[in-house]
Amino acid sequence: MATTLTPVLSAGWDAPRAWTLQAYEAAGGYRGLRRALGMQQADVVTMVKDSGLRGRGGAGFPTGMKWGFLPPDDGKPRYLVVNADESEPGTCKDIPLMMASPQHLIEGVAITSYAINCHHAFIYVRGEVVHVYRRLLKAVEEAYAKGYLGTNILGSGYDLEVTVHAGAGAYICGEETALLDSLEGLRGQPRLKPPFPAVAGLYARPTVVNNVESVASVPGIVVGGADWFKQMGTERSAGHGLFSLSGHVTRPGQYEAPLGITLRELLEMAGGVREGHQLKFWTPGGSSTPIFTAEHLDVPLDYESVGAAGSMLGTRALQIFDETVSVVRAVTRWIEFYKHESCGKCTPCREGTYWLAQVLRRLERGQGTSEDIDLLLDLCDNILGRAFCALGDGATSPVTSAIQYFRDEFEAGTHTPADVLFPPERSSLFSYTPRHGAALAGAH
Amino acid sequence: MTITSPDPKTATPLVPAAPVVPEAPLEEGQAVTFTIDGIETSVPKGTLVIRAAERLGIQIPRFCDHPLLAPAGACRQCLVEVWAPGRDGNLAKMPKPQASCTLEATPGMQVKTQHTSAEADKAQHGVIELLLINHPLDCPVCDKGGECPLQNQAMSNGRATSRFVDVKRTFPKPISVSTQILLDRERCVLCQRCTRFSEEIAGDAWIDLQKRGAQQQIGTFDTDVLGFAGETPVGASTLDTSGKPFSSYFSGNTVQICPVGALTSAAYRFRSRPFDLVSTPGIAEHDSNGSAIRVDHRRGVVLRRLAGDDPVVNQEWVTDKDRFAFRWQSAPDRITTPLVRTRNADGTRGELQPASWVEAFDAAAAGLREAMASGGVGVLPGGRLTLEDAYAYGKFARVALGTNDVDGRARPHSDEEASFLAHRVAGRTLDVTFSDVTAAPAVLLVALEAEEEAGVLFLRLREQVVARRTRVLSVAPLATRGLERLSGTLLAAAPGTEAEVLDGIVEGASDLLGDAAGALAADGAVILVGERLAGVPGGFSAVLRLAERTGARLAWVPRRAGERGAVEAGLLPSLLPGGRPVTDSGARVDIAAVWGVEHVPAEAGRSTSQIVAAARDGRLGALVVGGVDPADLPDPALARDALERAFVVSLEVRASEVTERADVVLPVAPPVEKPGTFVTWEGRPRPFPQALTSHALPDHRVLHGLADALGADLGLGSLAAVHAELDQLGGWDGARAAAPAVEAGDPPAVGAGEAVLATWHQLLDDGRLQDGEPYLAGTAKVATARISAGTAAGLGLVDGGRLAVSTDAGTITLPAQVVDMPDHVVWLPTASAGSHVRDTLHADGGSVVRVAAAREDVTGTDEEARA
Repeated sequence: MATTLTPVLSAGWDAPRAWTLQAYEAAGGYRGLRRALGMQQADVVTMVKDSGLRGRGGAGFPTGMKWGFLPPDDGKPRYLVVNADESEPGTCKDIPLMMASPQHLIEGVAITSYAINCHHAFIYVRGEVVHVYRRLLKAVEEAYAKGYLGTNILGSGYDLEVTVHAGAGAYICGEETALLDSLEGLRGQPRLKPPFPAVAGLYARPTVVNNVESVASVPGIVVGGADWFKQMGTERSAGHGLFSLSGHVTRPGQYEAPLGITLRELLEMAGGVREGHQLKFWTPGGSSTPIFTAEHLDVPLDYESVGAAGSMLGTRALQIFDETVSVVRAVTRWIEFYKHESCGKCTPCREGTYWLAQVLRRLERGQGTSEDIDLLLDLCDNILGRAFCALGDGATSPVTSAIQYFRDEFEAGTHTPADVLFPPERSSLFSYTPRHGAALAGAH
Repeated sequence: MTITSPDPKTATPLVPAAPVVPEAPLEEGQAVTFTIDGIETSVPKGTLVIRAAERLGIQIPRFCDHPLLAPAGACRQCLVEVWAPGRDGNLAKMPKPQASCTLEATPGMQVKTQHTSAEADKAQHGVIELLLINHPLDCPVCDKGGECPLQNQAMSNGRATSRFVDVKRTFPKPISVSTQILLDRERCVLCQRCTRFSEEIAGDAWIDLQKRGAQQQIGTFDTDVLGFAGETPVGASTLDTSGKPFSSYFSGNTVQICPVGALTSAAYRFRSRPFDLVSTPGIAEHDSNGSAIRVDHRRGVVLRRLAGDDPVVNQEWVTDKDRFAFRWQSAPDRITTPLVRTRNADGTRGELQPASWVEAFDAAAAGLREAMASGGVGVLPGGRLTLEDAYAYGKFARVALGTNDVDGRARPHSDEEASFLAHRVAGRTLDVTFSDVTAAPAVLLVALEAEEEAGVLFLRLREQVVARRTRVLSVAPLATRGLERLSGTLLAAAPGTEAEVLDGIVEGASDLLGDAAGALAADGAVILVGERLAGVPGGFSAVLRLAERTGARLAWVPRRAGERGAVEAGLLPSLLPGGRPVTDSGARVDIAAVWGVEHVPAEAGRSTSQIVAAARDGRLGALVVGGVDPADLPDPALARDALERAFVVSLEVRASEVTERADVVLPVAPPVEKPGTFVTWEGRPRPFPQALTSHALPDHRVLHGLADALGADLGLGSLAAVHAELDQLGGWDGARAAAPAVEAGDPPAVGAGEAVLATWHQLLDDGRLQDGEPYLAGTAKVATARISAGTAAGLGLVDGGRLAVSTDAGTITLPAQVVDMPDHVVWLPTASAGSHVRDTLHADGGSVVRVAAAREDVTGTDEEARA
């Protein structure tokens, strides 16, 4: 049976002015909050636990269980922080969601806060996306005006303040503890764990940090019930998720589908790889997940299956590359990103990405040495599992997986520039004049 | 130490060493047993794996880890392979190598270091290779070369050759973080020890990380942003992209803990190679904390000093003064031979001429004999002596000169203070220690500005404050930045009203004072009182009442290194060694027996001020003066007159105002050229060996020779002889002097245009022991006159405007700094550049002074108004 789309979060995106509270309410919004406020707080937590919802930010940690880690309420503040610092190359699900339907997130924030008995929630949104920031601010304002936020919400006696905070543009601030430091006004660098945020998070108080999509999925679960949610997806990877197709695909965009769908199915919906070309490689969940090739078209996109195939589901950011693309060039760009975004705290990530980028640039110019491939692999081995946080690990994935599947292209880097083997203009969806040689080598 | 081995004949040595506390056996349930490299070990719960490995003698390489700083886990050099029992009880390998500097040992854990794990070894090799890719290969010219953890660990745990053939990150070098601290950013491995030190320990976070990735660097922050405006250093600094100059009294510690050559001091940079240095342990001579230091010298020249490692005193930190101020000991004005002043034909003083020791002793003895016959001799030994030298001065005065006119207090003092010291301080060594202070739930500072007057004590207090174990309260006229960094509670007291405020600390009072009384009533609370309380009539009496009332323990924290030793050695007109009152006949007999004399003078002698006055009036014919600067005395002008008039024998290291007026000058050795013992404010003996070979004699040997010339046998010709006598003397179990009971004076009456003066020394100022250190001087705070907004408004002054503070003796003009403090009070630094309070004003804390906007300021304003 072919899998079909399951639009839940994206159901109302095509409505006129979908981002307004009016449109959201017209589509049945805030029923979840009304229902949740009538339930015991613990029952809401149990419901989310039962639904099998797993964190949509990439790691896939069961959301309800995360809430359950909070220590018993001592009457002092505890916080919900929504991680809306979406910055991974290729990942583009939270930002469209907040653009098109910010109330989904706000309702999720209200229900989640109620469930964990938090009275002040924060949304940490990536600073570069000013339009999303504005929409969120407006959405919060509207929700306050209609009594969905503020004091005595919907007459329940429950109070909640929501603060939307714009980050200053650092990939590391998507790491939850760095996000908390940044939110506190400190330099955004990851904290030592333990203590985990559930015990000592924001302002050293118990804190839940959840991804936008995870929180936005909560209202649906409360309305539809855990069983409804579990109908979708696989046994251990339940529910719906946004799959973001980008790159050399006929109709790129957001495809909300049950977890466990395959790329083959998604490509069919998206009209396939661009005409006249074949799939060469793709990322299942953003640039820090090891790449896949055409042989993985039928891997079910759920946490377990992708893991078993040697990658990670990550953020379901499916970047599609066809045969015109140089793997060396693509990987070099990703590593340039990691080098630029390394926070600098730990040695392996800071120095390792700096070195990787230089070796890759050399290979891209066709000036690599015969030792360079082994050097890359050994450097990755010296970074993977040695870095302070997961970002260092993530930086090695594209390199090691690319060498695994396309070693010959790296070997060609010892004698032929990548833009000779794979002229960049052929990858382009529109005509342009590529920059050659030294110009890009100096980029940094 | 015991000063020498305890003599079985005496009950207690004079200044006994602190007992060595054996390590307590681990309690059941508090111990964690696990293995490292197959060796089983038990450590207290919460111990980090890297610490446990150290105890077994297993060295795991590291950069960011420091035992006194919170774990960071940043450098990733200390990775080890770890196996731990899972929920099912089976041992399972952790998937990633773990940083042993952040990992707490858990029961049953098996740790494999680089010695037994190929994975750990590979991980460590990988990290060090990465650290080196952006590190310059300039070891041959780097100050750290030869004692560099990066260099050493690259050899022990790194690859023989680098695979890095690419472009290194470079920076222009160096940044002058301050006049003293220089930063070569390309050498930095970003371990953050320096930033963590400045944040966690010193609390003056002037430097922090900037930028990110490989461009991450240590830089300085805008002090205005951080709210630190107003305490800027004297010297200039090259500024970073956004910064202001680094300013800290503890910045030198960052140089010492830097694991590479990124932070260096201007004073030592490019001066020597570590393997050419000879290291001798020492004790810092700058304050009464007795910080352990290491003196590094080469061919008879001290090149640098480092903090020693003494967990019970200064841990591994010292102040910048302790670290950098040592050149005074070898300054060009060192006195190298005895000098005798010629007499002109008309009997007036001539010039000082070099003389032999015999000539000098004879000349001195002749002058002293003459004076003894016509009134007597006063002894002013100063407050910087070792215990041995202090003891020799006391014995010299009483045996050779037959007088109790001896007083080590070269600063404002009072009879009440002498009674307090005799009653509560003398003979009670180790009554309150650093450990007691750090274990105290509350510490009250009275007339003591910890950061300025006892730097290491400040750090020890702050450590506890940061850990939320101690609360600090302070009776002072204003809350300084130092007190703010101790999260301290100010019990505001205008100068002269301290006794009143102390008496107001009673249980049940509704305000801050009642709260303070509650805090001090807690078990283990401590009151630390500074020497400045001597300037407040009734102050010490009130402190004793407070301690009695609350049950808090009480300690006296003087500023100078020799003060406590002087009290124990009996350098007070009413006190014999070991807290024996002069007026107690039993005590006198006791002492006379040890000294082998028939009797010691029975009358209490004159205090410093009285000695100076008597010499000025001709009632005392001669003075024997140790390391005293007349400018430090309550009335410098009077002191100078006295020195002019009397026959003066000066025992000095360097030419001074005293030697200018002395008739005989006898050179003595600075601490680095003699062995001796400083006594900390706790009463802890801090013996130190002689670092440099030298012909210079310690004071006790000079006094022994001088006594000999006077026909008295002091018996203190060698250190061993002094120690033998101190041990023989032992403590005193007889009656103590009575407590002082002085009524608090009325608060000074302040008229229009007047204010009460508050003053204390800044750590770095114009003190003579900081001479010859321009880099250090550049980190001193700019002198300002602090006044309240109300006082400023009354004078028509704004923050930064120039304020003139005057008495009949003179005027000090400084920029005004408006702070939160009582009205009609003005604070000046005691002896900083442009503010020599005693010398210029002949005034001190509690004096009434005139205040006015300085005239230049007024004209300036007028001109602006016209423009």
